[in-house]
Amino acid sequence: MAPNDTLSLVWAGIIALAVFGYVVMDGFDLGIGILFPWLEKGEQRNTAINTIAPVWDGNETWLVLGGGGLFAAFPLAYAVLMPAVYTPIIAMLLGLVFRGVAFEYRTRTTRLWIWDRAFAFGSMMAAFSQGVILGAILQGVTVSGRGYGGGWWDWFSPFSVLTGLSVMAGYALLGACWLIYRTENSLQDQAFALAKLTGVATLVAVVAVSLATPFLNHDYFSRWFETPGIYLSAPVPILVGVTALLFVRALRLRAQVQPFLLALALFLLSFIGLGISMFPWLVPGEVSIFEAAAPENSQFFMLIGVGIMLPIIIGYTGYAYWVFRGKVGHEGYH
Amino acid sequence: MFDAFSALTLARMQFAFTISFHFIFPAFSIGLASYLAVLEGLWLRTGRDVYLQLFKYWLKIFAITFGMGVVSGIVMAYQFGTNWAVFSDKAGPVIGPLMAYEVLTAFFLEAGFLGVMLFGLEKVGKKLHFAATCMVATGTAISAFWIIAVNSWMQTPQGYGINAQGQFFATSWLEVIFNPSMPYRLVHVLLAAYLTTAMVVGGAGAWHLLKDRRAGKTPREGTRIMFSMAMWMAALVAPLQIVAGHEHGTNTLEYQPAKISAMEGHYKSYPGGPDGGAPLILFGIPDDKAQVMRYPVEIPRIGSVILKSDIEAPMAGLDQVPPENRAPVGIVFWSFRIMVGIGMLMLLMGGWSLWARYRNTLHSDAWLHRLALVMGPTGFVAVLAGWITTEVGRQPFTVFGLLRTAESASPLAAPAVAASLIAFVVVYFAVFGVGTWFIIKLMGHEPTPGEEGPTRGDVTRTASLTPVPALDAGAALAE
Ligand code: HDD
Ligand code: HEM
Ligand code: HEM
Repeated sequence: MAPNDTLSLVWAGIIALAVFGYVVMDGFDLGIGILFPWLEKGEQRNTAINTIAPVWDGNETWLVLGGGGLFAAFPLAYAVLMPAVYTPIIAMLLGLVFRGVAFEYRTRTTRLWIWDRAFAFGSMMAAFSQGVILGAILQGVTVSGRGYGGGWWDWFSPFSVLTGLSVMAGYALLGACWLIYRTENSLQDQAFALAKLTGVATLVAVVAVSLATPFLNHDYFSRWFETPGIYLSAPVPILVGVTALLFVRALRLRAQVQPFLLALALFLLSFIGLGISMFPWLVPGEVSIFEAAAPENSQFFMLIGVGIMLPIIIGYTGYAYWVFRGKVGHEGYH
Repeated sequence: MFDAFSALTLARMQFAFTISFHFIFPAFSIGLASYLAVLEGLWLRTGRDVYLQLFKYWLKIFAITFGMGVVSGIVMAYQFGTNWAVFSDKAGPVIGPLMAYEVLTAFFLEAGFLGVMLFGLEKVGKKLHFAATCMVATGTAISAFWIIAVNSWMQTPQGYGINAQGQFFATSWLEVIFNPSMPYRLVHVLLAAYLTTAMVVGGAGAWHLLKDRRAGKTPREGTRIMFSMAMWMAALVAPLQIVAGHEHGTNTLEYQPAKISAMEGHYKSYPGGPDGGAPLILFGIPDDKAQVMRYPVEIPRIGSVILKSDIEAPMAGLDQVPPENRAPVGIVFWSFRIMVGIGMLMLLMGGWSLWARYRNTLHSDAWLHRLALVMGPTGFVAVLAGWITTEVGRQPFTVFGLLRTAESASPLAAPAVAASLIAFVVVYFAVFGVGTWFIIKLMGHEPTPGEEGPTRGDVTRTASLTPVPALDAGAALAE
């Protein structure tokens, strides 16, 4: 049973989709956790939580699909990467434990401050860890045989800390824009202010990561700065610039939905940029999607399930968002 | 302090710890979801308010249990890669797709309909709400189906080949999924979940019956009904579970005879014939070093009867198994006895409840209530004991007979695994301890007319795990 290259490409696409779906959806609800300390106790915080309450559980399921999909479609990559980013993965999981139960516990306790802190702290830890994981993979992983060959602190570097902070900034931006979209009055004002700050932070982060990445190894460098790679990659930074300008304008005009959509666009562009750097590697320079692929019939068997189930899932997820559309606040949903 | 432990031992401890914690919640939420569907169905059919009270009462508990199940489950999904990387590389092509199917067919279903189930009663109407409850219950069972298929394939692998990279691949997905032990294990685990739930519900009912009796109050209708329902469940399902467990054991004898030897404490073989059948060792002290059972209390030849329905049947012992392939008998022998012992107590309680029902003392028999109260948490103990039997009995393999545990682990440094193990222990006990405390507090009051759902007061109609706190009328999501 050998792998099939076309199927592997399809699966790389599906996993990229799941990861992107996860990043934007759990991104804004983690972002709200990150911004929690800057929201007023009581009403503002409760309203903010209410905007994500209906959807966070579904959002997090995409993480399981991304991880599970990698495990099933590219087991070798999963086997190499997970031990390489062992510590940040565990930190992320523990962060998610804290914030996940905080949703439920907040309403059952008289010591609200504990679970509000757990919610904020857990969200920050999960977001930071996810960024660190990204950075650690980008900067390269030592492989020996069919396994990880490095030490348990290899993931730690200035670059991975930078990506960790960047993801926090980006999620916070998504969270702020989501609040602009879903709330009003004082909370919305606060969200506009936070969107400005986190917007600046995110742009700085995008620029910093973009400048640092090509210097991690020559392969990345040539894709970004040498012909012919540059023809493919040049539009990305240009579009990022345009998006940034539109974003500033949208905040000025106090647009309701646009900031969120533009923040999503920014994420999409960064994601494409990552794709340009990474493709077709899952472990940079070591394991490609074709080498990591599971045998053809494993990928095919799962593809049937994805083909049938994913549209249905997207359907009812969309429905859930639709049911809970509109502003959340004193007057409830409009 | 961890010098004595290798990374492998620590990884095993970590896996055992996280999976045991995780499974506590599904064992309860699978049963509770079905119980809630039954309660709501009864309410819709009879229109009696007491069923709605009970539904809302247990729904709040379900919400917390489910939340803890989700977060501990996400940890499990990543434990394979972090701690068992070699295993992931090799077995991923076979078990990965099954787990992906679990995500696609069960987890999204549960997450999608949970919101409506918890908070949508006023919003979507009774019928649709009932449908949502049934969907969640179905989702938990589908989830059990896939994960049990995965685990059972690791116990009794079939329908696979091995490629040049040493990876397993499927030659027949049907054979992989419906491997020999899968149907037995699925039935046994689902019944276990129902029994676990029945024990908790019965324990809560018994507690209130006893308290009311002491206070000289007549117990509320809700309390009486839930106690009665739990006792029906025990009376009906406990015998079924014993039959299922027995069948499961016979199946294991066929496919994993070494595990049965360990469970039964049969270090040596019995030749069979008129006086050579295997005894049933009730108790004893297994001595793995010397490979003998010390101080056995045994019933001669009954072992052969139970396992092979033939008093003269021979029985192979661990002496037939190469030493490097033997499971540790001590753990397996005792965990099996704990599980079976609890099963017998459940049977006893179920029978007693039938007798009390017949004599019309179901709600006044204080000793029955005391027993039910003590039995409250035993479902969890039995479930964990069962898993320990199954998993430790499979040792030293992860994929039985094919892939050794020692060859499955990630290339990790011991301090990394030790640190994360400590973190898991601290966080889990703190976080899930608090959740358990909330649940116990909720069970501490009787189901009452006008029982509130997970949404407190009149404030909210949000569809998710999260009710709006009553203290926060300002953020109400009124329409
Ligand atoms: C027999 C049942 C059973 C068993 C043996 C397991 N689980 Fe589980 N799991 C469930 C039954 C379940 C459930 C009832 O379906 C849960 C409980 C709460 C929930 O949301 O679903 C769940 C939740 C749950 C979640 C969260 C799903 C979500 O995001 O909604 C994950 C990722 C896992 N599990 C993964 C695992 C793994 C990797 C296991 C084994 C190593 C495992 N479970 C054993
Ligand atoms: C997907 C299903 C499962 C898989 C793939 C799986 C796999 C494994 C693996 C790889 C180990 C490590 C080997 C070892 O520690 O000795 C293990 C051990 C263990 N598992 Fe499972 N397991 C599964 C389900 C469960 C469940 C649901 C439980 C329930 C509580 C459980 C309980 C245990 C225990 C207690 C051990 C420790 C055994 C020991 O100390 O040696 N397992 N399992
Ligand atoms: C008294 C009668 C019982 C018998 C004879 C029995 C038998 C068995 C056997 C033989 C196994 C090991 C299967 C293997 O080879 O891997 C097992 C596992 C297990 N048992 Fe039981 N059991 C009984 C009662 C219970 C009860 C009351 C519960 C829980 C409420 C329970 C929960 C479990 C679980 C969760 C497992 C692990 C999963 C599995 O392998 O099915 N059992 N049981």
